[in-house]
Amino acid sequence: MTVAPRREDYDVVVIGAGPAGLAAAATSAEAGLTTLLLDENIGPGGQVFRAISSTPVTDRNQLGADYWVGADLVQSLRASSAEVIPRATVWSLDRNLDIAVSIGGASAFVKAKRVILATGALERPFPIPGWTLPGVMTAGAAQTMLKSSALVPDGRTVIAGQGPLLWLLAAQILRLGGRIDRILDTTERGNYLAALPHAFAFLTSPYFAKGLSMMREVKAKVQVVSGVAELAAAGDGQLASVSYVAGGRRETIPADLLLLHQGVVPNVNLAMSAGVEHRWDDLQLCWSPVLDASGNSSVAGIAIAGDGAGIGGANAAVVRGRIAARAAVDALAPAAAARLPAMATLRADLAKAERGRLFLDTLFRPAPQFRIPSGDTIVCRCEEVTAKDVLDSVAIGATGPNQLKAYRRTGMGPCQGRLCGLTVTELMAQARGKSPQEIGYYRLRAPVKPITLAELAAVPKSEADVKAVVRG
Amino acid sequence: MFRRSEQDKRPQVQIFIDGVAVAARQGDTVSAALLASGVDVRRSTAVSGAPRLPYCMMGVCFDCLITIDGVGNRQGCLVPVAEGMQIEIQKGKREIGQ
Repeated sequence: MTVAPRREDYDVVVIGAGPAGLAAAATSAEAGLTTLLLDENIGPGGQVFRAISSTPVTDRNQLGADYWVGADLVQSLRASSAEVIPRATVWSLDRNLDIAVSIGGASAFVKAKRVILATGALERPFPIPGWTLPGVMTAGAAQTMLKSSALVPDGRTVIAGQGPLLWLLAAQILRLGGRIDRILDTTERGNYLAALPHAFAFLTSPYFAKGLSMMREVKAKVQVVSGVAELAAAGDGQLASVSYVAGGRRETIPADLLLLHQGVVPNVNLAMSAGVEHRWDDLQLCWSPVLDASGNSSVAGIAIAGDGAGIGGANAAVVRGRIAARAAVDALAPAAAARLPAMATLRADLAKAERGRLFLDTLFRPAPQFRIPSGDTIVCRCEEVTAKDVLDSVAIGATGPNQLKAYRRTGMGPCQGRLCGLTVTELMAQARGKSPQEIGYYRLRAPVKPITLAELAAVPKSEADVKAVVRG
Repeated sequence: MFRRSEQDKRPQVQIFIDGVAVAARQGDTVSAALLASGVDVRRSTAVSGAPRLPYCMMGVCFDCLITIDGVGNRQGCLVPVAEGMQIEIQKGKREIGQ
């Protein structure tokens, strides 16, 4: 079933088959560049267009028109000469643009002239008391199951948090006949005022009408509590209840499923491990790569497109994918670039796609108490390290996330900091009275996804490799 | 916690959870099939033995770690089900030689 890459060298290797990766690979291949698209999932689409080629949800209205846009992108890719390998986990990328990828339990190595990282986003950690209990999941997790397996929440279901995805998911669950008992909106009241100056751009963006109609659709069927300022999950080995405070009043409701969401943040692991410089983004409250207008990073030959370049949404991701691919074509086969849309046109498309983003970022900027936990709340899910553990370590001398590893193993479990990194940075920054930029992030290294020792041992070795480690 | 929508017409695939036969659907990931099965599929962590279920379903949280056809610590949310697949729920630390 699984196939290794057909070549050892490619003009362009695109990593991630979401909106940006699909667009980048198709553009690059159409211009005649040898192009390889590697993706970890079963089929193309990334998260936004998850299971676009295989979803059992056949009624197109249920997932919405924005979802089915993905089918056209996949069609363009299939019509191109790009080589596509699904279920391919890239575990190493370095400054020489050497790529190690695990496919079906065996590793292959390819070299690229240009790499376009389109590894997208992941949901921001939502470290509340009880968030590791079975029955607590991300909203994105529920949406993944809904799209790829037509699964809908069945028991007493609470959705909590904020942001456009939360409302989209709620609408999709209701359209498929699933159950939602209550929505707890954690948007800070002050954010509405802060977002006001950016309202005009938002009102004239496509987000506005779509967002409003979706919220109406959901609010007609589900009780929505706004101004939720505290949130906790509780249960003995399984979620049993959700408690919250809104308008100064505490309420506890029984629940079987709690779906959490407070926006998405760039998935930085592969880019950081390759040495790409990132900066703290104080509006989006996450690490974003330092890029030029074509998506080129601080490492020569590596560009980043899509939400991994800073959160911009699916439409912007598609355009950023085209821009990064066009830049690769300009560099490697300038004559072929004439057939592609002009860079100025693409940049205008991007500005259009990004309209309204500042409003959304400001309105849905998550509140400090949902980003920076305290006491016994777990920060690092893998190593089961609490906020108090982190603060105790700071008190005895841990200066940043990398020192903290030695004290508490935070970020050293299988997720490699994906679910605790931002929390650790912000928690330590607050405790030490420094900015997140000063505190920094985990130093990430290959393999960025775990592989077995057997797979490593089976990697082809040259005589020089063997001599480097064998005595005598 | 989850149920299947009636419109799902995909063919069935039989998998085994700790030896018990369970009906999944073609195209399900192992984690989705487990969550849809109604069976108690909570793993327990290697650190404290705390019970867990998948959290992110997109390959980043590693709370879906599971033994598939004898290979431990696979990400169940990234592996599609296959006929006859043997799945074991991981309980606590691994034992040497297992």
